[in-house]
Amino acid sequence: MVRKKRGSIGKIKGFSIQFLPFVEISNLNSTGRIRKILNIVLGNHILILQGRLKPEEETRLIGDTMAMIGHVKGFKGIELAVISGNGNNQGGFFGKIRQNLANSLAKGDLGAVTIIGPATIVKDIKKNPKKIELFLNR
Amino acid sequence: MVIKIFKNFFKKIFSRLFKGKKDVKLGFYGPPNSGKTSLANRVCKDFTGEEIGSVSKVPHETRNVQFKEKVEIDYKGKKITFKMIDTPGIATKIDYEDFLKYKVKKKEAKSRAKEATQGIIESIKWLDDMDLVVIVLDATKNPYNQVNITIIGNLVARKIPVLIVANKIDLRKSSIKQIEAAFPEYDVIGISAKYGKNIEEFYESIFKLSKKI
Repeated sequence: MVRKKRGSIGKIKGFSIQFLPFVEISNLNSTGRIRKILNIVLGNHILILQGRLKPEEETRLIGDTMAMIGHVKGFKGIELAVISGNGNNQGGFFGKIRQNLANSLAKGDLGAVTIIGPATIVKDIKKNPKKIELFLNR
Repeated sequence: MVIKIFKNFFKKIFSRLFKGKKDVKLGFYGPPNSGKTSLANRVCKDFTGEEIGSVSKVPHETRNVQFKEKVEIDYKGKKITFKMIDTPGIATKIDYEDFLKYKVKKKEAKSRAKEATQGIIESIKWLDDMDLVVIVLDATKNPYNQVNITIIGNLVARKIPVLIVANKIDLRKSSIKQIEAAFPEYDVIGISAKYGKNIEEFYESIFKLSKKI
């Protein structure tokens, strides 16, 4: 859900959302995945990634983002959120096995969606079990 | 062959004995301004009389990993010696302009921002070296922050025992239930590091968790 404050988003004339299917990063190693994600974000795009990164890749993404803050002009970091559908446990035991099998074949968790945006555009991503809200910088 | 078996047997015994004598590395992780240093200070003051670091309302006050060696926690007659590791708060963005709101001068704000980014990198590097981790969350804030989930996910992947602390329960806006709902598979202890509320319960949980190492 993209929310604007009282019909205006101030100085931003527009923003671009880029969708990245998991298949485009599934064969990359961690370095390649993070590089691809950061290239999109540094291009001032909000990235919607099918699936999610591994926990160690998420921390590496944070670490690499921090390393870039001092070196890329105007870059202030990222906003990151993962929406995961794993909590529902639909299908019980066999459903879980089916999901694990599908995840291992796809080399990732395809039941999730990851949103990553540059902090210069995305002010905040507020998440609770019922909704996710994207707040933009004015 | 027999010599080799004996050699391995004694090696195992000695390494276990040695491991048992090592101090438990207890890390304090969480987002900025959640009260990690306040809690670490409380523990250090209770058992050594000294603090580990300074606290401030300005975020990213802790910008280096801070240590306190040989902190012997005594709980109901049982003693465990810890190496306390207080880490800088982990965030996904740092903007020096945020520090200006706290009346920090521009030059200082820029240097603080630079140090904060390096502190976050250092915090992440230290994740591998912990024996036990306390995740300190501000109970007045939304716990569904991706940084919290990422840190916990990393600790689970590394099989490091985790205790979640809902800090600042002295504040009216605080909600332990919200944190419990966000992390249902973990023990959540509500405390006030500032006033020492429920600190005994915290020590009890640390002792329980130490058995999982």
